[in-house]
Amino acid sequence: MTDTSSRENHLLITLDVNGEQHEILVEPRRTLVDVLRHDLGLTGTHVGCEHGICGACTVLADGKPVRACLMFAAQAEGTALRTVESLGDGCGGLGDLQQSFTEHHALQCGFCTPGFLMLAEGFLAECPDPEPDEIREVVAANLCRCTGYQPIAEAIGHCAARRLKEK
Amino acid sequence: MKPASFAYHRARDVAGAARLLAELAERGEDAKLLAGGQSLIPMMNFRLARPGHLVDIGGLAELAYLRPDGTGGLRIGALTTHHTVETAAEAVLGRDFAVLRDAMPWIGHLPIRTRGTVGGSLAHGDSTAEWCLLALLLDAEITAVGPHGERTIPAAEFFHGFYTTALEADEVLAEIRFPRPAPHAALAEFAERRGDFAIVSAAVDLDVDDAGAVVAGRVALGGVAPAPLRIPEAEEVLATGGPDRAALFAACADRAAEAADPPSDMNGSADYRRTLIRTLIRRACEEAISR
Repeated sequence: MTDTSSRENHLLITLDVNGEQHEILVEPRRTLVDVLRHDLGLTGTHVGCEHGICGACTVLADGKPVRACLMFAAQAEGTALRTVESLGDGCGGLGDLQQSFTEHHALQCGFCTPGFLMLAEGFLAECPDPEPDEIREVVAANLCRCTGYQPIAEAIGHCAARRLKEK
Repeated sequence: MKPASFAYHRARDVAGAARLLAELAERGEDAKLLAGGQSLIPMMNFRLARPGHLVDIGGLAELAYLRPDGTGGLRIGALTTHHTVETAAEAVLGRDFAVLRDAMPWIGHLPIRTRGTVGGSLAHGDSTAEWCLLALLLDAEITAVGPHGERTIPAAEFFHGFYTTALEADEVLAEIRFPRPAPHAALAEFAERRGDFAIVSAAVDLDVDDAGAVVAGRVALGGVAPAPLRIPEAEEVLATGGPDRAALFAACADRAAEAADPPSDMNGSADYRRTLIRTLIRRACEEAISR
């Protein structure tokens, strides 16, 4: 058993985010989403409700979608994290999932979009050929107040189909 | 909101976590175990919970497993996630425990199920929680490890009401064992939105003879009392059997609705909950028998 802190002290932790190692000093109560945004400057991940309802803060931990507001940064040590910043094509352009969201008008204000993108990225990794009903079930995890969800479901389905075709 | 500050301790093993809990309790400190955190962290973010110490057991790989117990039952380590059960290979759960896999989509949403754990859900003791209901329905045994060794608590004695369980302040819930196969069991629930806490949840486990007739069964309800409940009156109805299944299930559902004494609150009146009990028990019975 290690007492890695006292109430006054901070924790020195190492986070693996988008393939890069970051050594940071954080308060134990710091949630993962706050560390991503404030300590690492990765502001693509959004903070919404801070109690696990809205899904705006969804990121991938070891490939699986998780709520970054319902995880202390200290709990994320030893897991490979991925945020929306990892989705681009590597040359400053959009990745295929992002491109599909754009083509299908799957965003309006864009606040929920990073969460939906990471939710979909994690879901498609596990379920590369989903039925429309499965997509609808999964997007129920996050809140969007602009689109009515239909374009989001279509964007995810279209991206899945395109990935399968290109395989 | 942001949680209040606390001291963070990372456990290296179960015994160490129990020892630290005992030490902290002795010093009068308010400590909580942290597993997946999907119930505790929202409560901390709202500052409904402000523990002074968190003992993080999330990294203890020895508590994440799902395996047959060798005598027809199933052992599940406390840190097994809901998502692991949901995606478990057919060979592990088989037909006997398919009810567990099929109950998982009722728990929150995918990003909650990837972090939330079976043991955490049981220790949290929400009366509408799927794992609490399944444990009670299937006469599960819960193993807790304390500083002086381990003990096994029958599910029937585990849930004391309103987020209160038989666990002591220095005990770590380590395992839940489902002692017998449940090939004809099912869970049904209702909430206004997918993924919300159930207003009422119902689970049934039917004993079916070789000819396919129901000869006995167990019935459990969530959301009708501060803890999940077995409904012996409804189980007596199932034990009367008979050739007319639809009538038997309807009689069982009606008897449960009569026997239960559900509360009225902002989620629904007592009458509304009784209507849900009738519908959900019938639904669970139909699903269970069709397995």
